[in-house]
Amino acid sequence: MLEVRDVTKSFSGLVAVDGLSFDLAAGQIMGLIGPNGSGKTTVMNLLSGELKANTGQIHLGNREISKLPAHAIARQGLARTFQIVRILPAMTVLENVAVGGVFGHARYWGPGLETRALEMLARVGIRHLSQTPATALTYIDQKRMELARALISDPEVLLLDEWLAGLNPTELTDGISLIGELRTEGRTIIIVEHVMDAIRSLCDHCVVMNSGRKIAEGAPAVVLSDRAVISAYLGDDDA
Amino acid sequence: MSGTDKRNFALAAMALAMAALLPLFDTGYWLALGVSLAMYGVLATSWAMFSGPTHYISLATAAFFGTGMYIVGGGVEILPFPVLVVIAAVAGAALAVLVGLTTMRISGVYFVIFTLGLAELIRQVVTWVQTTMGSSSGLYVLTEITESMIYWQLLLLLAVVYLVGWRINRSRLGLALRVIGNDETVAAHVGINTAKAKVILFVISGTVASVTGALLAPRWTYVEPTIAFSPMISFQVVIMALLGGVHRLWGPLCGVIPFMLLWDLISAQFPNQTTLLLGVAFLLIVYLIPNGVVGLIESRLKRRSSGNG
Ligand SMILES: Nc1ncnc2c1ncn2[C@@H]1O[C@H](COP(=O)(O)OP(=O)(O)OP(=O)(O)O)[C@@H](O)[C@H]1O
Ligand SMILES: [Mg+2]
Repeated sequence: MLEVRDVTKSFSGLVAVDGLSFDLAAGQIMGLIGPNGSGKTTVMNLLSGELKANTGQIHLGNREISKLPAHAIARQGLARTFQIVRILPAMTVLENVAVGGVFGHARYWGPGLETRALEMLARVGIRHLSQTPATALTYIDQKRMELARALISDPEVLLLDEWLAGLNPTELTDGISLIGELRTEGRTIIIVEHVMDAIRSLCDHCVVMNSGRKIAEGAPAVVLSDRAVISAYLGDDDA
Repeated sequence: MSGTDKRNFALAAMALAMAALLPLFDTGYWLALGVSLAMYGVLATSWAMFSGPTHYISLATAAFFGTGMYIVGGGVEILPFPVLVVIAAVAGAALAVLVGLTTMRISGVYFVIFTLGLAELIRQVVTWVQTTMGSSSGLYVLTEITESMIYWQLLLLLAVVYLVGWRINRSRLGLALRVIGNDETVAAHVGINTAKAKVILFVISGTVASVTGALLAPRWTYVEPTIAFSPMISFQVVIMALLGGVHRLWGPLCGVIPFMLLWDLISAQFPNQTTLLLGVAFLLIVYLIPNGVVGLIESRLKRRSSGNG
């Protein structure tokens, strides 16, 4: 489904992603983990077209997307949420979600659009807030709204950048079960997380990064007990 | 079309019909004022259609306006007037495509400076062409077109601008622009071709400004680059649109009318300080009423209705 080959991205000297490769099969949930500043968000930005790689290729299905602008990649079926939640402040919750289903991979307009947006809101549990201004939502509800905006486009690949961060324990349980539902639905997802319980319970496969490089890859249980991974998280340089 | 739409259409048509009667009552001062109101009404409304949702402050109005005016000035002895208006529309659109494609990726203050420079650049080119071709720096525009006719043409153009704006607001393009104004990154990530949406609106406003310049050319009988490409036009359009409010289609018109009436009085009192006064007006508007007169009225109404309910 998604194929990343030797992708490198540097910011004026700082190599944020260094020769990264991985594959993501359809229906798979992949965890992308690593310490702060290891390049996870940069990978998400490269996949969604927010940033362009210096070298390497990215394929979605059998199309190369590494040279496409973000809007074209969205139309190919890639949707995402942002590490720092991005809402459309002058719009209602319903409108915030609806815009995800107009221009992208799935296209609705008119009454069909509203029905579909309400369905997505029900899905993430905030249907009762549909007419609320987006700015009036709590942080968790803004995150739910952002997920609904991504889901309405019926994405082939969904990217969640620390979608569970900042939630309290009950919200976290709800959040994990929501992503679990997406998994049973057969969605293909990459999740970036620091919450290891979520990684263990949700992911089939894990890629671990450190300083832009892939340092380990495999099933979560195996990867998380890897010596190099543990020392990367503990900040041990001689691993 | 909903009930409120029908009512708004009826009201707009009535207002237009009443405005169209003006030349029957006076062909002096009031008609001249009417022409200015209609001209700035068209320019400010079409300016806000682009700048309102995108927050790009364009100072290119004079560039398009002057281009339209010079096309009529240069061709009036060769081609019939309506043909020249069409050519002005096409030229305005072409210029806007060119400028739009090169500038929609630059943002903020660079865009403002670029658009301001554009009018100046075209003015210099026109002046240079005229002086090297041996003639004087201006052009005579002698036609049978009266001020009343100019006024009616401008009202018609205003009606067209409103129809186009109304249509866009209800379309995917209108939604795309609102999303762009809220968060351009989100816009791109939900599949909106942001550059294309912005260029389309820039082209619409550029075309309208060029046609406005073409329609007004017969009013001056003698057009000069300093009049046609005057940066004052661009500044006044921005100020009037902001005064009225750019988040509603009918907002700019609510700024044009009070501004023109006051401006006439003030500039008659202080003829040498107009640029300074314009700057002061701009600052006052931006700081005191950032959402314009319409925003002020709307928040009043909202407060009252929430106070009652
Ligand atoms: N736009 C940018 N310009 C310059 N440097 C950047 C930019 N984006 C990221 N970086 C740098 O690239 C490196 C990787 O950052 P990135 O945000 O990808 O890390 P991350 O793994 O997502 O971290 P976190 O877990 O804290 O979110 C960091 O050193 C960061 O400072
Ligand atoms: Mg990050």
